[in-house]
Amino acid sequence: MKNKRSLLAIPYVGWMAFFVVAPIIMVVIYAFTTADFSFTGENFTRMGTFTVIFTRSFKLAIIATLVCLLIGYPLSYAMAKEGKGFQRVAMLLIMLPMWVNFLLRTYSMMSIMENNGLINQFFAAIGLFDLINNVFGTDIHYFKMIGTQGAVVVGMVYNYLPFMVLPIYSTLIKMDNTLLEAAQDLGADTATVFRKVILPLSLPGILSGVTMVFVPSVSTFAISRLLGGGIQMLLGDLIEQQFLGGAYNPHLGSAIALVMMVIVVACMWIMNRFGEGEEQAVML
Amino acid sequence: MKKLAIAALACVLVGGFCFSACTIERIDPEADSNTTATNTGKRVLNVCNWGEYIDEDLIAQFQEETGITVNYQTAESNESLYSLLKNGGANYDVICPSDYMISQLIEEDMLQPLNYDNIPNYSYIGDQFKNLAFDPNNEYTVPYTWGTLGIIYNKTMVDGEITSWSSLYDDANKGNVLLINNSRDAFGNALIYLGYSVNTTNEDEIRQAYDLIADATRRGVFQGKVMDEVFNKMEQGNAAIATYYAGDYLSMYENNSDLAYVIPEEGANWFVDAWCVLKSAQHVSEAEEWINFMASTDASLANMDYIWYASPNTQALEKYPEYYKETYGEELDPELYEIMAPSADVLEKCENYVVLPQETRNLYNDLWIQLGL
Repeated sequence: MKNKRSLLAIPYVGWMAFFVVAPIIMVVIYAFTTADFSFTGENFTRMGTFTVIFTRSFKLAIIATLVCLLIGYPLSYAMAKEGKGFQRVAMLLIMLPMWVNFLLRTYSMMSIMENNGLINQFFAAIGLFDLINNVFGTDIHYFKMIGTQGAVVVGMVYNYLPFMVLPIYSTLIKMDNTLLEAAQDLGADTATVFRKVILPLSLPGILSGVTMVFVPSVSTFAISRLLGGGIQMLLGDLIEQQFLGGAYNPHLGSAIALVMMVIVVACMWIMNRFGEGEEQAVML
Repeated sequence: MKKLAIAALACVLVGGFCFSACTIERIDPEADSNTTATNTGKRVLNVCNWGEYIDEDLIAQFQEETGITVNYQTAESNESLYSLLKNGGANYDVICPSDYMISQLIEEDMLQPLNYDNIPNYSYIGDQFKNLAFDPNNEYTVPYTWGTLGIIYNKTMVDGEITSWSSLYDDANKGNVLLINNSRDAFGNALIYLGYSVNTTNEDEIRQAYDLIADATRRGVFQGKVMDEVFNKMEQGNAAIATYYAGDYLSMYENNSDLAYVIPEEGANWFVDAWCVLKSAQHVSEAEEWINFMASTDASLANMDYIWYASPNTQALEKYPEYYKETYGEELDPELYEIMAPSADVLEKCENYVVLPQETRNLYNDLWIQLGL
């Protein structure tokens, strides 16, 4: 045995094999069979009908990922540059919501964004609607938020932002300060230092952050059901319906899940090409 | 290391195959064996019911009286219960599905006939709840609850009174209508409005129902498709109109007295949820004791009071207003009681679901997905 320490990986390998690899193989089997387990490709020929849902899911997930990146990167940057006190407080604020169950948080987001929810009540209380109605001659009593694609994106960003911030923060905080000083010594201005040194060095963090936000976003179903009002159907809802819905067709559900997985892996692969040589980037 | 990983993988995969093979085969062979009670002396019963659908004190009381340990579990909907049963992961003895799901389970030979001699309280069940379409000879079921699916609306948000299903599809309350989030009920409501049977298998009629809903969706009539989220939305005035079950309306009414419930003039669906025992059950005698206990007048009264769904026990139905008065020291509003347990002439306008043929179920599912596109 060349390296005894590799034995330490056995529990993990066993775990992965049983709970990750075996289920995936079962999904593949289901996807290519009919209800009586004879081979068929029919599950995939029906995929064309769902193009709209595929497009919508990927569109919303991409938007959510970009928003997370735009909010998350500056925050991580600030955290890494500021003193210990700010870091601790910011980290606490990021982690705090994660101590509450995800479904519960989404449910409360729902009541906040309802037509008669906290946000609209607040606007009504400060007289915003009266003002708008007076100025524009309209007759509105609330902003419609629930049941829109915007609400779904807000839900995704809210839930997955920590997964963007943490990996970026951890690459930024480990960055060697002497490199930045060297860049400055060689005459680079702040913008150049950021573009040529900080950004490339934090790319692994960005890539794993993007992965960790994009993948759960594209497959979510609770967020779209609660915040999208069930009208903005996403891939997760579609798959859930095949397993727990009226017609009970796990074979079609598996086929959809499989197509989704292939597309996601393809996306990740293309994206990881950007970080060539940065083998730290997580590939799920 | 590589070898080791490959070996481990191989083992697990083989295991995985065996496992999946087992779950596939499980449904049948176990059915007839093992139907006797366990011989270890400790009596156990696995129950699966809907969430918030029992007065939980009754479970404790049953355990105390009979010495049977109850493993009580809940399912979210008929469909998810069905998939639990089909996956073979569940080992329930007694379940409480709704009418149409019962006939589907009977059709697929998943239930076993009951021995009604062991369920003397069955005699209290009203005749109108016996021999219904889902179990025409009454061999498999003992009804647990019943009620209607009607329109709930907020009187302060809607102009005038609502009397017709049309209010679900017209523009009067655009953006404030909640569609029920399961295909059977959503299409059922539309079929009733169009004057067709909720059990129709005529594709043209079902497509008309679909067009009605799809058109309303395009015009932005619906705020969303909801199941239990409806409580929050209706109680807090976030939506004006919804369709849901009478028993749940009464729970909402407790929190918001602006809400009204109506069975539209076109009629509605009325449902029965009933206990049945699975063919694969290992604790049949315990299951029958459970069913008998739940059908008793005392248990029915406690349940009615707790979950607000009417019981099919005739004595309990009769005594409930009195029971209410004793418990709370005030009269039960007869209007609310009528909603809970509508009289025979109202029920006459309402129709029970029966199971649809596979072809129609597929059509329902395809159309339902199209609505979400």
